[in-house]
Amino acid sequence: MLLIPCPYCGPRPELEFRHAGEAHIARPANPDATAAGAWSEYLYVRSNPKGRHIERWRHASGCNRFFNCVRDTVTDVIEATYPAGEARR
Amino acid sequence: MIVRQRSGTRLRFSFDGKDYTGVAGDTLASALLANGVHLMGRSFKYHRPRGVLGAGAEEPNALVDVAGPDGRSTPNLRATTVELYDGLRATSQNRYPSLRFDLGAVNGLLSPLLGAGFYYKTFMHPRAAWATLYEPLIRRAAGLGEAPRRPDPDHYAQRYAHCETLVVGAGPAGLLAALTAAQSGERVMVVDEQAVLGGSLLAERRATIAGQPAADWLAATLATLAAMPNVQLLPRTTAFGYYQQNLLGLVERVTDHLAAPDPALPRERLWQVRARDVVLATGAIERPLVFAGNDRPGVMLASAARTYCNRYGVAVGRRVVVFTADDSAYAAALDLQAAGVAVVAIVDLRPDPSGPGVVAARAAGLTVMPGTAVIATTGHWRVTGARLSSNTTLACDALLMGGGWTPSVHLFSQSRGTLRFDAARQIYLPGTPAQRQSSVGGANGVFDLASILAPLAVAGDIPAQGGFLGLVPGSRATGFVDYQNDVKAADILQATQEGFRSIEHVKRYTTTGMATDQGKTSNMNALAIAAAALDLPLPEVGLTSFRTPYTPVTFGSIAGAARGALFDPVRKTPIHPWAEAQGAAFEDVGQWKRAWYFQHIGESMHEAVKRECLTVRRAVGLFDASTLGKIEVVGPDAAEFLNRLYTNSWSKLAVGRCRYGLMLTEAGFVLDDGVVGRLAADRFHVTTTSGGAGRVLAHMEDYLQTEFTDLQVWLTSTTEQWAVIAVQGPRARDLLAPLVEGIDLAAMPHMSVREGRIAGVPTRLFQVSFTGELGYEVNVPAGHALAVWEALWAAGAPYDACAYGTEAMHVLRAEKGYIVVGQETDGTVTPEDLGLGWAVGKAKADFVGKRSLAMMDLQATDRPQLVGLLPAHLPQEGAQIVDRADPPIGSAALGHVTSAYDSATLGRPMALALLAGGRRRMGQTVHITTATGTMPATIVAPVFYDQEGARLDA
Amino acid sequence: MRHSIFNLVRQAFAGNQGWPRQWRSPAPKRAYDMIVVGAGGHGLATAYYLAAEHGLRNIAVLEKGWLGGGNTGRNTTIIRSNYLWEESQKLYEHAVQLWEDLSQTLNYNVMYSPRGVMMLAHTQHDVQSFQRHIHANRLGGIDNEWLTAEQAQAFCPILNIDPSLRYPVIGAALQRRGGTARHDAVAWGYARAADALGVDIIENCTVTGIDRDASGAVSGVQTSRGAIRAARVGVVAAGHSSVLMGMAGVRMPLESYPLQALVSEPVKPVMPCVVMSNTVHAYMSQSDKGELVIGAGTDAYTSYSQTGGLHIAMHTLDAICELFPVVRRMRMLRNWGGIVDVTPDRSPIIGKTPVPGLFVNCGWGTGGFKATPGSGHVFAHTLATGEPHPINAPFSLDRFRTGRLIDEAAAAAVAH
Repeated sequence: MLLIPCPYCGPRPELEFRHAGEAHIARPANPDATAAGAWSEYLYVRSNPKGRHIERWRHASGCNRFFNCVRDTVTDVIEATYPAGEARR
Repeated sequence: MIVRQRSGTRLRFSFDGKDYTGVAGDTLASALLANGVHLMGRSFKYHRPRGVLGAGAEEPNALVDVAGPDGRSTPNLRATTVELYDGLRATSQNRYPSLRFDLGAVNGLLSPLLGAGFYYKTFMHPRAAWATLYEPLIRRAAGLGEAPRRPDPDHYAQRYAHCETLVVGAGPAGLLAALTAAQSGERVMVVDEQAVLGGSLLAERRATIAGQPAADWLAATLATLAAMPNVQLLPRTTAFGYYQQNLLGLVERVTDHLAAPDPALPRERLWQVRARDVVLATGAIERPLVFAGNDRPGVMLASAARTYCNRYGVAVGRRVVVFTADDSAYAAALDLQAAGVAVVAIVDLRPDPSGPGVVAARAAGLTVMPGTAVIATTGHWRVTGARLSSNTTLACDALLMGGGWTPSVHLFSQSRGTLRFDAARQIYLPGTPAQRQSSVGGANGVFDLASILAPLAVAGDIPAQGGFLGLVPGSRATGFVDYQNDVKAADILQATQEGFRSIEHVKRYTTTGMATDQGKTSNMNALAIAAAALDLPLPEVGLTSFRTPYTPVTFGSIAGAARGALFDPVRKTPIHPWAEAQGAAFEDVGQWKRAWYFQHIGESMHEAVKRECLTVRRAVGLFDASTLGKIEVVGPDAAEFLNRLYTNSWSKLAVGRCRYGLMLTEAGFVLDDGVVGRLAADRFHVTTTSGGAGRVLAHMEDYLQTEFTDLQVWLTSTTEQWAVIAVQGPRARDLLAPLVEGIDLAAMPHMSVREGRIAGVPTRLFQVSFTGELGYEVNVPAGHALAVWEALWAAGAPYDACAYGTEAMHVLRAEKGYIVVGQETDGTVTPEDLGLGWAVGKAKADFVGKRSLAMMDLQATDRPQLVGLLPAHLPQEGAQIVDRADPPIGSAALGHVTSAYDSATLGRPMALALLAGGRRRMGQTVHITTATGTMPATIVAPVFYDQEGARLDA
Repeated sequence: MRHSIFNLVRQAFAGNQGWPRQWRSPAPKRAYDMIVVGAGGHGLATAYYLAAEHGLRNIAVLEKGWLGGGNTGRNTTIIRSNYLWEESQKLYEHAVQLWEDLSQTLNYNVMYSPRGVMMLAHTQHDVQSFQRHIHANRLGGIDNEWLTAEQAQAFCPILNIDPSLRYPVIGAALQRRGGTARHDAVAWGYARAADALGVDIIENCTVTGIDRDASGAVSGVQTSRGAIRAARVGVVAAGHSSVLMGMAGVRMPLESYPLQALVSEPVKPVMPCVVMSNTVHAYMSQSDKGELVIGAGTDAYTSYSQTGGLHIAMHTLDAICELFPVVRRMRMLRNWGGIVDVTPDRSPIIGKTPVPGLFVNCGWGTGGFKATPGSGHVFAHTLATGEPHPINAPFSLDRFRTGRLIDEAAAAAVAH
């Protein structure tokens, strides 16, 4: 069980959180004008890296806020967490 | 044989029905040995007679079943770790009819046929024979003990803990680490799998520490630690798993060693400990030597014999031969000799052994035979002799093996630390740790007490040094590597010859290391034999991974208290007790218990539902809709937020009015639906499906927090705050009117919401219908809901009102063609498929899911569309729809029945269905699959009742 | 040497020292007609059928570790074909039909054991969903039948059908032809048979790059054992599919999760079939060796670590102990993880990619083992002909652009 540092609440066990997929996948500003390929990419394609990865978590049993988390998908070591909306790290 | 006064309470116990006596502090193994019993089990495959190999958790042979009262039975327990208590009843396993006369032993005669992987090479013809003949035979022959036959009456507890330093293993290295950490004021936890703390010191009678006997130093150290308030000592506690960020799983055995435990105590306690630092002082495990006949009862590890002698006062034989390649076995020889056992000889593989143990042995007059091997043994139920490479046979009744020591790096490896191979010593050692953790003592390859306990002065220790891996020179390859799974050196040689080149393959092909001891005594020998056969350096053959748990862990302790009603929380509405008192049947909907139907005496379910439906259509019914999800959406941008989350438009919804809202996933499929009421310009009361409440709130929060951050909106779940009573039927208004204050019911239109009071309680009163009748949904604070329900119930008496459950609700809504998300939808359905295109605000620039609706396949004309069906009989929900009455196997389905009811209102069965291009096929006949064939049905519009909607606002 | 009782006896008299190696350990050649990346069950099956049915011999299977060392050797070996959608039914039924003869085809006892797979219904929603499956399966010619709770218990006597359970068993769907097989034997059997047909299985050979020519088409791969040329490359790399496809510049609709499983200590036969419950998240069978084999869930986050949290096993054993209360005193012997690649619709991707000459077979999620023979068979067809077999045509990468998903997971989702 990961120990996840919520940027708002501090370190908490993974059970308090919900994983919410890859971070920094921006919804196209004008979906209707987005080509089929690009829209499909937004919906479904994920980088799924082996190594450094930025993902979203929601502190569901805490502050209920979404935030971003930099984690290595091989070692599962968490490098940093930061609020949603901040620039990619 | 007892070599020393065994003090302590005498305990009676039985093994295979025979009564024996032991003393307090014994394990089952030590007590049996004290009674001269060596034969304790049968091996897995060849059913060979086996005695104990070890004295601890590494034991592969002596597996027993321990029975307790009330059907308690536990298979596959190691006799070496079962603590004796008065009245303990143990039986041997994997033998028929008895341990001594086991028919399965015939497998031993067939052993040449049953070599590595034999089952992959035969049993293939005829085809059906595998499953009907061969496999059942193999299954019966395999297995070890018997699973319990009765449910487990015990209970289990779980705890979480934090500390600065967690020390695993309370041997000398662990205790010193604990003392050091504790003296700096840290919170320290010390756990050890044994009943008594002390590890190797418990069997140490030679060495002195700081000038005092080891036992005295141990007692003083334990007393010091026990007196410190910042130290927690946990004996009988196994650290079985090492997880991320220094989280360790421990299991504490609380009652298994007690004759009459307090029933209030849990049997076991699972701890999850998050430690800042972890000290692994898990020691090392001695290895057997691989030679022919190394598995006869009486052949055991030297350290085990020393433990039985020094700690339990039991000699494992009267005439023992020691066969070693390691100095530490000399300590066993000396200690046994001192206890009065005849040590016939110390046979040492090494040509020129010379450590302090050798010197001491020679000084004590023991015969040391260097450069010699034991290459075979004699005996059946018990070893009777050791045949030497020098071609002499030494008579003996016990043969002690000192093959060297393997550091217990299991937990280190689980923590994802990288191991390094010490080629000189032929052992794997902890390399770079991946977490805040250190390995000390035997686990770190440090075997001498002086180094472990520095700077304390240590004298008289005979540390381990030396060791041998692989098949003993001169022996046949019939020696066992993995005792429990009956894997011989020959099996490993065969596997390499057949092309299995990695230890992972060798392990799986031969099953070495896959028994319940997980290869604690066998893995290194297997590796060495494979490496030699492949002519590769040992590390290049690989190392099998160390999987959790270190030793087997009871399912019950892992499941903990999550059983019965605590398996998953039960959610009940405030009106639940009323329904229960009325004898309602309930159904599970997510975690909710919902009243399903209210059965009157003498009624069937079908009759009850029929009565409920007709009562609602004719008069009025009450329905507990409290499980509906409710979300308060508030803020200046609330309407715009809903515009983006729902397909519908909300900007023009007037205050006091409601609208049916449809929510999509971004992929364009229906996610949820519900009525939304506007209470103020900046405030909406949103309802969701009962099962979807959490999902919808998370979905909304996701967009609000991460996409639509320009909007000022706040979301609050109010599901538990508002109870909801649906009042539906032509007399609904009449029923409510006398109880309502501050709301002009007559002036309320369909799809509106008002705030006022009902039965003296504040309410949000919706006029909405999920039945097709005039209907209201009375929202009241949950704490008042039962009182309001009872007031409404009383008010309904003059109208012959009924309470109806979810089944009638489903029938009523289906008659009206209202969908249920999760029934008419399955995550692949669009609004257009459901005929809900009218609810999609096509003029809106954007909403979640809009772009996806334009994807090619979501625009296809042959998509399933919601239709009504008038079938000949009542079909099953889920039945498939086809074009022909006799569809050939493999026919494509046109769709499926989503809902089907015997409609009392229509006086006939009806169904809703998703049917390819269905709306173009009105009036056509299709066929619905049944259990035995098909039935015809006519396609109609999916509204069966009051198509004009005249009754909604009657 | 054929595997037979005759040879078993003959070898036994020879001290089992005459068995030949089951496959070679060849050095990679500089070029092959085709390369399959990944020597798991699916990759090896692909190679076998390429050789056996399409006559291709100049083929290599490249494996970064040891063959069968990934999910093939880490799964709970459940085989069934009672899927909902027609596309899935055809794919998995194709596999079941191949399973039925596989031991004889490969001359390797893969221990396919159709002992029945029973899926438990706990709610009215489950009943509706299972009935839909049963009707759909029967129409498709796939056996699947409804059992009452009592019938379910008769089929699996240790099943607890007490109505006071938190989620009582109210019925079950049973596929009698479903069952289990011996996972390692599947990999080894395909490897031995493919090797015998001349396929080079090259272990300890990590693919580090995918080469493309000026036209953009695949021209070979770079590996830890040098460059190897091939005009067609099939990637069958399960959890590592995203990484490998990334080498060709193809981004995939995949995420990789740790999936855990565990076994108990072995006991005498107590569990005659496979039981699954999606509602309380548990499935269990008993291996021929006697271990109870229990599938746990995936961890919540993407990871390549092959280990997960203890809480996943806890959640599974909660349910196992409730459904099978006699096993509560039994003990977990081993707990491990694999890395599964999961698509958005939980169905696999088998077919062409935007890169000419590059083909992919991935996205099997938690259920790939059962499809091994069928997957290999249709993928071999795809690689050999350059076009998908009718069975795998719907499982294209393109479906995520058109929206023609094959969503088995959504169809089982709970709402209302």
